[in-house]
Amino acid sequence: MTPSLQRHLNILDFALSSLWRRKGKNLSLLAVYTLIIFIIASIVFFTQALKREAGLVLQDAPDLVVQRMVAGRHDPIPVSYATAIAAIRGVSEVTPRYWGYYYDPVTGANFTLVAADDPQLKPEAIAIGSGVARTSRISIGDFLPLKDLKGSPVLFSVQKIFPSASELVAADLIQLRQEDFLRLFDFPSGRATDLAVSAGNPAELETIAAKIVHDFPDTRPILKSEMLRTYDSVFDWRSGLVLVVLAVAVLSFIIFAWDKATGLSAEEKKEIGILKSIGWETTDVLLLKSFEGIVISLSAFLAGVSLGYLHVFFFSVSLFEHALKGWSVLYPEFKLTPVIDPYLICLLFLLSVGPYIAATVVPSWLAATVDPDAAMRS
Amino acid sequence: MIMHPGVLALITGSLLTSAMILYAGWYGVRILRNWDLSSGSELQLALEKRTYLISTLLSYALGFELVSLFLFVFTADRLHLLFSGAMCAAGTLNANGFGYPLLILKLVNFLFAGIWLIVNHADNQGYDYPLIRFKYLLLVPLVPWSLLEFSYLFAYFSGLHADVITSCCGSLFSLERPGIAGDLVSLPVKPMRLAFFGTLGATLASGLFSWRSGKGFYPFSILSLATLLVSLASLVSFLCLYIYQLPSHHCPFCILQGEYHYLGYPIYATLLGGGLAGMGTGFLHPWRRRGSLQLVIPKLQRRLAGVAISLFALFLVIAAYQMVFSPFRLGE
Repeated sequence: MTPSLQRHLNILDFALSSLWRRKGKNLSLLAVYTLIIFIIASIVFFTQALKREAGLVLQDAPDLVVQRMVAGRHDPIPVSYATAIAAIRGVSEVTPRYWGYYYDPVTGANFTLVAADDPQLKPEAIAIGSGVARTSRISIGDFLPLKDLKGSPVLFSVQKIFPSASELVAADLIQLRQEDFLRLFDFPSGRATDLAVSAGNPAELETIAAKIVHDFPDTRPILKSEMLRTYDSVFDWRSGLVLVVLAVAVLSFIIFAWDKATGLSAEEKKEIGILKSIGWETTDVLLLKSFEGIVISLSAFLAGVSLGYLHVFFFSVSLFEHALKGWSVLYPEFKLTPVIDPYLICLLFLLSVGPYIAATVVPSWLAATVDPDAAMRS
Repeated sequence: MIMHPGVLALITGSLLTSAMILYAGWYGVRILRNWDLSSGSELQLALEKRTYLISTLLSYALGFELVSLFLFVFTADRLHLLFSGAMCAAGTLNANGFGYPLLILKLVNFLFAGIWLIVNHADNQGYDYPLIRFKYLLLVPLVPWSLLEFSYLFAYFSGLHADVITSCCGSLFSLERPGIAGDLVSLPVKPMRLAFFGTLGATLASGLFSWRSGKGFYPFSILSLATLLVSLASLVSFLCLYIYQLPSHHCPFCILQGEYHYLGYPIYATLLGGGLAGMGTGFLHPWRRRGSLQLVIPKLQRRLAGVAISLFALFLVIAAYQMVFSPFRLGE
């Protein structure tokens, strides 16, 4: 072993024993520090996981959706547009989609109704998401009454319940046949809710969208990439906002750490004085102090990040899910897929350990440059 | 302003480092003006004490500077999803006028910081503050550069706006906005290839010579800088083409993505590390006979030369492997 490594190991050994000698003070510091890192880590992990889920959900979304706008509001689109759009070069398929929302006064929840082209679905039968089954307390074979436009209830028999694995997408979903959908809502004939467009080459989508706007100025095409981008920036914005609010907490922690590091007890001062008088140099004492800081911040970092990971992926962010997820009567119950992103770990490290180091540099230096005789006499 | 955790970390980190460097610079000037080791005045004693603080502060600050170059490029790469038409960091950096100047500023600061840390390391080995004046002279240009970097960083990130769905009709298309794909100018392949292998070969040869004999560190450090610059240009000019296996894709940032096995990270790490270690030998050379450093510097120089040679060699192996084993061939 080289002498330089031996020296570092010895000082580290001394740092550990001196931390242990002042258990009370250091453990309280460690607890507060861990709590801060735990909160930041939970937020960062949670946003990351939500972004991933959103990306997975949107993977099966159509490349391009065309909506009709009337007076700035979404309006049913004439099905005749579909043929004209299908004639645009590069478009491989245009499908009219029929869907809408239904407010259920009994449970107070909003359902999403989608007309399906599933041939197995019988007339006046529906397939429902597990969230709908849970809130309305129904199962296969039961009937679900939905009121039509005139207020008279129509009975639909439950033919299928979607597996709970699809909960995030299908919790509030009700699938029914197209003619049932049109009858229930008395939908204007020759109209669809919107058009789903797919292109042979995804690189041409922007040009196709531009052509659609040119040919039908009353429509709004929305690209899948735009949706992904919007989700991404909304999630970034939410987590960034929470982080900025947390900056106050971090700042008060820094003041706390600064205070702890500056307030050397008479005993500690004497200890440094003795160390220096028996031949320790200023650099050695500085090294000792920085080892103490490294031990505390690494332990807090590891503990905080592991707790945050458990909190997000095994306890479904029970502490502040409402702030980040949003809220609704019929909320999907889902477990997030655990992912670890090395980039985020690095970011967390910089965001949490950086400020601590910055706060303790000056106090450590003050402690290390104390004159041995003055320290021992005090 | 995009509230991405990476952006927040970069801005906080840069703010802290600039503050530390500014503080260090202020005392640096006082040390340059009043330093007199033979004097026992109160000012001299206070300054001697203060140097410990400053060198610790700067070690942290400049250490962050080294890490933040990679963090910055990685964050820019992550953010490309938010801009229409951007495929990688090239597009993100192009999203406003501050992006590329900021990257250059960060590169320059990376080299400055690395060299300062090397000189500081040498200085700490001697007991009589042998390089103190030189060290703080070197710090003077770092102060304005790092302040400039912070202001560019802030201006760049606060000027970024994600292209999201707007409630008005036609979102992006009605604006007829051109995409922000970053096309980079590339130099002709043949002369670049010659220059690339020429400088790299010359650097390796001169490094080996210096490493064995302990001489010729000035040419080696100049050659190291040349290798760094020529290799960066060659990456854009022809090396990337082999990695992407596309004759038209010159982007130096896409190699940082998972599709290309994150190959960019070893490439840039070996190249920048090698350049830094090589240049460091030259900066130490004038002081090799100074008092307490007589034994330290030659040893340190040879160790740095060894590091530089191995990193450059590793870089050469990666580059040559791509060129030889890629199914892609450039037509003559």
